[in-house]
Amino acid sequence: MGQWVSEIWHSREILYFLAWRDVKVRYKQAALGVAWAVLQPLFTMITFAFFFGKLAGIPSDGVPYPLFSYSALVLWTYFSVTLSQVGNSLVANSSLITKIYFPRVLLPAAAAFGGLLDLVVSSVFLIGMLLYYHVTPRWTMLLTPIFVGQTVLLVMGVGMLLAALNVRYRDVKYTIPFLTQIGLFVTPIIYPVTFLPHRFQGWLALNPMTGVIQGFRACLFGGHVDWDVLGSSWIVTLSLLLIGTLHFRSTERVFADIV
Amino acid sequence: MTESITVENLSKRYELGALRQETQLRDQLARLLRTPFGKRAPKEVLWALRDVSFTVEQGEVVGIIGRNGAGKSTLLKILSKITFPTSGTVRARGRVAALLEVGAGFHEELTGRENIFLNGSIMGMKKKEVDAKLEAIVEFSGMQRFIDTPIKRYSSGMRSRLGFAVAAHLDPDVLIVDEVLAVGDAVFQKKCISAMHDLRGGGRTVLFVSHNLAAVENLCSRGMWIAQGRVQLDGPMREVIEAYMGSFASADSASKALTTADGRQGTGEIRFTRVEFRSTDGDLQTVTRCGKSLVIRLHYRANEPIERPAFAFTMYTELGTLVTDTGTWLHGLDIPLVPAGDGYLDLEIDSLNLMPGRYYFSLKLDSCVETRLYDALEHAVYLDVEEAPLYGQSRRIDSRLGLVFFPQRWRLDGIGSGAEIDVSPAASG
Repeated sequence: MGQWVSEIWHSREILYFLAWRDVKVRYKQAALGVAWAVLQPLFTMITFAFFFGKLAGIPSDGVPYPLFSYSALVLWTYFSVTLSQVGNSLVANSSLITKIYFPRVLLPAAAAFGGLLDLVVSSVFLIGMLLYYHVTPRWTMLLTPIFVGQTVLLVMGVGMLLAALNVRYRDVKYTIPFLTQIGLFVTPIIYPVTFLPHRFQGWLALNPMTGVIQGFRACLFGGHVDWDVLGSSWIVTLSLLLIGTLHFRSTERVFADIV
Repeated sequence: MTESITVENLSKRYELGALRQETQLRDQLARLLRTPFGKRAPKEVLWALRDVSFTVEQGEVVGIIGRNGAGKSTLLKILSKITFPTSGTVRARGRVAALLEVGAGFHEELTGRENIFLNGSIMGMKKKEVDAKLEAIVEFSGMQRFIDTPIKRYSSGMRSRLGFAVAAHLDPDVLIVDEVLAVGDAVFQKKCISAMHDLRGGGRTVLFVSHNLAAVENLCSRGMWIAQGRVQLDGPMREVIEAYMGSFASADSASKALTTADGRQGTGEIRFTRVEFRSTDGDLQTVTRCGKSLVIRLHYRANEPIERPAFAFTMYTELGTLVTDTGTWLHGLDIPLVPAGDGYLDLEIDSLNLMPGRYYFSLKLDSCVETRLYDALEHAVYLDVEEAPLYGQSRRIDSRLGLVFFPQRWRLDGIGSGAEIDVSPAASG
């Protein structure tokens, strides 16, 4: 394991170039370029604000509904878009895997880091919204990167597992969109956790993104922090990271033979 | 001398069942339901490499030859850590760079310059190194004008030039090269060969796999012939090439039955059965002479009606230099349908303008309409071409004088009046 980590550290420039390639290619020949990073969560937010906030009257913990949903969508969009890229990273780069040796984990890692640029851009828009809605600045806002980091770890954990499985079973490719679609509803993005009947709230805490979104919102808007949810979210995240890493490590030797 | 590469008892097994597409979870579940407690159906096993051991000293340049499917590529893939051996060990000293495909990892949408950084980095160069060598790489490739153009607008030749330019500047301790010189124009091939010569001079260890025996012989001092996953022969390059070529010579050249040929590829709905060389009078020939006419008759057997097949063959010299690649498709011939059964095609050559020597034929049968290979045989048959008094006199003509000759005439009118020129054929020497 130590050797593995040191080899990855040694090859960190490859990670940089692969991530740079992903970002560069994503917006090449796209007229709106990196604006897509904002447009996607923005239009989702507008749709949610209209149907769920206005028509259905779903509460939002005293925060304006557009801000309430957009703040969650910033992280969720990163999670869902990047997870599908990480999950497909090995298969999409099969020509590299069968022709050149380098630490294979750099491919999912590059996809995970490449997605961060979009997150930064959509976060800038979030700051604009915070100013527009006159949200009082508070020092806890400085803690938000912790939850961004946790999302990256979660994407890596689940992503490595899915990417390695995808090499053998292409079913995974069809599973990811389906997983993230369900995830959108079992994560408190459109609604606050308190909106659910009490007996369901505990189940929701098993979803690590619940803690991430709750913690992220608490940092931005203040309010009650549920430490149990945060704790279980971290436990699940780190467990998934461990499972993902172990599975990846145990299968990476055969990637080139079966991809 | 220090050992640069040490390979011990290397074996690699592929399970053919795994190679076939059992990659849907559904298939596995279905199998589990059919035989929930029974053991799995025995998988067909292929040993791509079997018990291969050798050492390479630092600075040695080793050429690896063998037929398609002999295990050469598997060996290179294991040496470059792309895939892992089933058993055995490999140790390599220093930085290993593998060029299994020129420009592997190039991205279509990125420019030439961007791809140099991407490719260089994946191949193991630091960004600083690429920065420092960028100018030299661009110059080597000859792509100065197109360096900021996306690679997708490059021709395949341009791509491989850029790819080799990056590789030539890797500065590795061990370089592993697979068949990359097959591409690019003659000038660039020369450049590649001289770049590899330079590497050799610099004390670098080079492993070179190629079908171009002339290039291998030129570059490598030591040769390794791999057949059916084992090292058949390891020794001086020249001897290895001779033994390798000798292994094809068991063929009866005039009319070889091809039904049992090994190393055959393709799906087999239609296959070549025999190749005959005939004179235009219809006589079977084992040997022909320079400049004579020749009929090449390709016999086939079709197990079912085949729509729009394309028959083709390539001809090589003894050293593996391609002489010609020709076929029905290339000639614009569209054969609408070949009915099931046996038949043949004739290729008539008016004048076989080849220098004396032995020429090998590889045969290929594929489809004009879909990407499907029916049959392919490497070095299936050979034809001996004997010398003939080509130019109307008896000077000795042999393969040292090139590959081909043209029907030609020397005109001496311009030498100036008064010169006494003997126009009668020169006496034989």
